[in-house]
Amino acid sequence: MMAALTSELRWHRKDLLGIRELCADEITFVLDNADAFKQVGTRDVKKVPALRGKTVVNFFVEPSTRTRTSFELAAIRLSADVINISASTSSLTKGETLKDTAKILEANHADIIVLRHSSAGAAHFLGERLSASVINAGDGAHEHPTQALLDLYTIREKKGSIAGLHVVIVGDILFSRVARSNIFGLLKLGARVTLVGPTTLVPRAFEQLGVSISNDIDAVLPTADVVNLLRIQHERQGKEYFPGLGEYIRLFGLTKARAKLLKPECLIMHPGPINRGVEIDSELADGVQSVILDQVTNGLAVRMAVLYLCGGIGKR
Amino acid sequence: MNVIIQNGRVIDPANGRDEVADVFITDGKIAATAPRDTEVIDGSGLIVAPGLIDIHVHLREPGYGWKETLASGARAAAAGGFTTVVCMPNTLPVADSPSTVTWINERAAETACVNILPTGAISRNLAGEELAPIGSLAHAGVVAITDDGRCIQNNELMRRAVEYARMVGVPVLDHCQDYNLVGKGIVHEGYWSTLLGLPGWPSAGEEVIVARNILLAELCDHDIHCQHISSAGSVRLLREARARGVKISGEVCPHHIALTDESIQNFDTNYKMNPPLRTEADIEALLEAIADGTIGILASDHAPHARFEKEVEFDAAPFGIVGLETELGLFIDVLVHKTGTIDMLRVIEMLTIAPARLLKIKKGTLSVGASADVTLIDPALEWTVDAKSFETVSCNSPFDGWKLKGRAVRTIVAGQTAWKL
Repeated sequence: MMAALTSELRWHRKDLLGIRELCADEITFVLDNADAFKQVGTRDVKKVPALRGKTVVNFFVEPSTRTRTSFELAAIRLSADVINISASTSSLTKGETLKDTAKILEANHADIIVLRHSSAGAAHFLGERLSASVINAGDGAHEHPTQALLDLYTIREKKGSIAGLHVVIVGDILFSRVARSNIFGLLKLGARVTLVGPTTLVPRAFEQLGVSISNDIDAVLPTADVVNLLRIQHERQGKEYFPGLGEYIRLFGLTKARAKLLKPECLIMHPGPINRGVEIDSELADGVQSVILDQVTNGLAVRMAVLYLCGGIGKR
Repeated sequence: MNVIIQNGRVIDPANGRDEVADVFITDGKIAATAPRDTEVIDGSGLIVAPGLIDIHVHLREPGYGWKETLASGARAAAAGGFTTVVCMPNTLPVADSPSTVTWINERAAETACVNILPTGAISRNLAGEELAPIGSLAHAGVVAITDDGRCIQNNELMRRAVEYARMVGVPVLDHCQDYNLVGKGIVHEGYWSTLLGLPGWPSAGEEVIVARNILLAELCDHDIHCQHISSAGSVRLLREARARGVKISGEVCPHHIALTDESIQNFDTNYKMNPPLRTEADIEALLEAIADGTIGILASDHAPHARFEKEVEFDAAPFGIVGLETELGLFIDVLVHKTGTIDMLRVIEMLTIAPARLLKIKKGTLSVGASADVTLIDPALEWTVDAKSFETVSCNSPFDGWKLKGRAVRTIVAGQTAWKL
């Protein structure tokens, strides 16, 4: 817990709303804290008293299993008390506003609210209005900061550092909060980022964020140090952005044949849930280059660090 | 009450007047000679203009009195220097029947301190499927038809509406938005929508309908007025068509020349309007269009919403901002003082005789015999916008706290002072 000892000097945020507003030092600081918490996970007793007496509310207005479970376990391991609220069990279904629901959580002495919401900006909205800490667990197509942090952590863990790496993000960029948070974080830490996908899902405007765009995955894979495959989100689109999964696989799927273009040490990442056989061949997802399960394990450590920093340190 | 407004700079674009003179009011009308038993108003240092007209406001009554009423909207208009406002039909019930229009007219006569001119819907219940009784609405007194807030997507239906409106002599006002192109879009599709992951509203979604309207105005030989023009592409289309004499016009709102989409970055819903805030390049194009006459009318799209309605997630919030009380100040500040796009005479023209001509109403001039609607303007007065002191019921303004130069100081409706600073 060496890093945590100096944390008061390095972290002053009540909320974690996005990666865009963080500087490189803050990102690195979270990752360093996550190192300490990852080590906790290897012990027999996987629990520390960092948030004892604090109440964490997982407020998931949009459904999620993986992220909610990760936050819940992270809070439990920090000795916080945790409750979970989903859209269907909240008064939002009775017409209560997000603000009112959140104010009621706060009136019940919630210290940290972890919010997943389908509207971009929802976490900012609550962060401005609550004295409780707000952790963004994904807001619309905007940001998913803890996913980016766990991706950065995993890359750093496997590659030693992030600066100078070529990271390729493939798939549904337009609707992806994971892509946006990753782009912001990777660029801040000095990586080079290429987005790959159909023109309809990778609009040219992304170039203004400082990344390269390609529609030719075969041309990009040979120089990749990391390939991050995003899930093709059928349910989010409602419109036809490409002519069908068959054509998507043909043009952009990471097939076994295509994987031969990769450097042997190139990491294959996926934020999950995976559509096996669509964005990635099933065997590759379980193969030696895949770090998909490391991402999950690291997610726990990163979320412990974030809860600890925002709820414990940033609040004072 | 008879009135003399002495020594003001009288700007009456309809009559080509811009001179220091006295204005006489007798029995609620502009008079040629000094009346007796008069109240004397010192106009020195002030501009004496025909009462301003806002062709695009939402007064929310009937149906949404918690946002605004005809009475409160009229007070806001007066406080902003407007003596005549044209209210949109998206009320509850929708103004798609003569009885609702008559109700609005009677209610306005009882409660409002400025002239309120209603519009009627183009389609029943603004559904875009069948025509509202446009002839009966015209007889009930609407000055235009519009589905504002909605846009008729069926081009054939729109054509019939425009043809039919020609028969009864009312212009068609259109909110230009192609639903398929815009989809769930809520902010300008560009850098900021990409950065923030907010659904994009592409400029082409407006331009496609502006182009459609140009073609239909030409086909039907009748006036279509494109509301709240926001994009450079729309301006190009309008410029070309107007040069050919097509009966097409456009209006610009203050927020589309005072703000860009950069303002949305903190997800403040007071920057959420439809069409959305766009880019610097769009603002430049709008200013050019105002300078060269491509855009001939200015309006507010005054759209009050209660705080509890606006204080929600960005994509759940209703579109629109209040505008009547900041409109004139913003137009003078941006168009005259900050950018020098046009002079005061043109500002006044675009807020008086230009909308009056489109609507074919006898307003917007200081001609002898005209109703004595007069606005006194101090173009150099510096003031700070304070949303809490607004006359409108709502306070959803992104301009709260702005320092502006220029505002109305007295608003006279039919010879009576409706408001003064």
